[in-house]
Amino acid sequence: MTGKLVLENLKNRPLRSLLSILLIGVPVTLILTLVGLTQGMLSEAQNRQRGVGADIIIRGSGVQSVTSFSGYTIPVGMVGKVQQQPHVKLAMGVINHSIEPLLLLTGMDMAKFNRMTGGFTFDQGGPLAGPDDILADRLYAEQHHLQVGQTIKLINHDWHLVGVIEPGKLARLAVRMDTLQDLDAAIGKVGQIYVTVDDPANINLVANELRGLLKNYPVNTMAEYTAMYNVDQIPAIKPFTVVVSAIGVVIGIAVVWLSMYMVVLQRTREIGILKALGASKVFILGIILAEATLLGAGGTILGIVFSYGAQWLIRTLVPASFQMAIAYGWWPRVAAVTLAAAILGALYPGLSAARQDPIEALAYE
Amino acid sequence: MNNGAIIEIRDLRKVYRIGQVDVPALRGVDLDVQPGEFLSIVGPSGSGKSTLFHIIGGLTPPTAGEVKVGSQNLAALTDAGRTRMRRRTVGFVFQKFNLLPNLTARDNIAVARHIAGLGAHPDTQFDEVLRLLGIDSRLDHKPSALSGGEQQRVAIARAIVNRPAILLADEPTGNLDSENSNAVLEVLRDLNRRLGQTVLMITHNPEAAAFGHSTVHMRDGRIIGRTGVAG
Repeated sequence: MTGKLVLENLKNRPLRSLLSILLIGVPVTLILTLVGLTQGMLSEAQNRQRGVGADIIIRGSGVQSVTSFSGYTIPVGMVGKVQQQPHVKLAMGVINHSIEPLLLLTGMDMAKFNRMTGGFTFDQGGPLAGPDDILADRLYAEQHHLQVGQTIKLINHDWHLVGVIEPGKLARLAVRMDTLQDLDAAIGKVGQIYVTVDDPANINLVANELRGLLKNYPVNTMAEYTAMYNVDQIPAIKPFTVVVSAIGVVIGIAVVWLSMYMVVLQRTREIGILKALGASKVFILGIILAEATLLGAGGTILGIVFSYGAQWLIRTLVPASFQMAIAYGWWPRVAAVTLAAAILGALYPGLSAARQDPIEALAYE
Repeated sequence: MNNGAIIEIRDLRKVYRIGQVDVPALRGVDLDVQPGEFLSIVGPSGSGKSTLFHIIGGLTPPTAGEVKVGSQNLAALTDAGRTRMRRRTVGFVFQKFNLLPNLTARDNIAVARHIAGLGAHPDTQFDEVLRLLGIDSRLDHKPSALSGGEQQRVAIARAIVNRPAILLADEPTGNLDSENSNAVLEVLRDLNRRLGQTVLMITHNPEAAAFGHSTVHMRDGRIIGRTGVAG
């Protein structure tokens, strides 16, 4: 009967109910989108690193985080030195120029890259030839409406798009290493060295040897390195997520508070009727909290549905700049937080309703 | 104080505090109501009849005096105790019907049983009462689809569904035309005669008051007279 009372109350004021659900759903979407973007972009960058097929990565001495690729602190001669180590099959130096967060222009030695990775798969066009040639992956080409043969201006340089490649192998944008070294005043330097070994059983052995050899440079097996692609390794992401979540909770509490306060005002007489029938304070409070819980649940579901919409929008509009995963693992968390916010927001109006004097409530017009 | 009365009131006083001023609403009321009696309470506005109704119904505590309803001394009850008392000991019928607008007539009746902890569905004997009230075919309608007379009869059904010792009716015909007023008053008299339901009815209307066995006259917070014969 209590459930029917609550449901009928919600059904009877559909606009208020839907608006409340919408306003609760928006911060839920915001949180799920932020988390989904973090997870999606990290996962995509991780997959591109895996796509190289390397066993070990050596990074520059100044790296701040797992996604930090700026700086060219490794002398190019080091690549040859690494190549000469026992069990090393191939060492490939690359340099990166950051265009936007997690979007890099990668300078590479195409011959070595092809040996290490098996080469790019081309959707259109073909490999780099001239010094100003550039390859873009399908997502970047789609986002920027590019066709082979077009000129692209990046880092104040005109590039000739010669090929559109399938995404998933290291670079979203690839150019010749010597050209990028020249443009970035990094002649004789590389940013990272990717290494393959002769036998997977030797990966740790080689990595340890390289650590001894290159004391100032972080050396990681690819398994170690790709495992670092998590939120804890990205500076400021975690506090930012907490702040956005906190804002979402505050909005949720405020929306439910206002909504339920209006409910209590509008239903003062009905509360008086229930009290005249012998409804206890707990019963009245229970009705208000149950209604708020339903609004919170509705907002959570709507927020989840909207997060699919946000993913579709991101995939459609900016597939190369952003990748959003559906953060399933966060559904229970946002549901718990939203329901807690809804209950917290409904507590004061609910207690006000429970404390109402039945005679005054019955006289309310 | 034990004369078989279902309501026994001695020197009942009620003072409302409005701002800094104490306003006496009842100034020493004595009243006995016997089980099965249909008592009308009349008096001008401000005479204290609604306050008396609210105290007997457990909606507000007395300031002083003794009020016994059934076996319970209302002066000694806490707010929670009065809330429990309202579930089964008294049933209210109001001038403005006071049905829950979002629920059907059936659910309005069911909610009273639910709050009293009796389960939502009345026993089959109650079907006879619904037929007596003439609302058995209107139970699946919401109040907005019912006439004033029908709404008041649903309110009566809700008030007696838990078989309360006392039915308290506050101007039950105040919002009805004369035809519906008569129908509602007949229902109250029928319930009193057939089921032995004790009824206390506040009214301004002398014709309505005449439906009761006796009439209590109030003025300035006091009972100034009682006419008719106690049931």
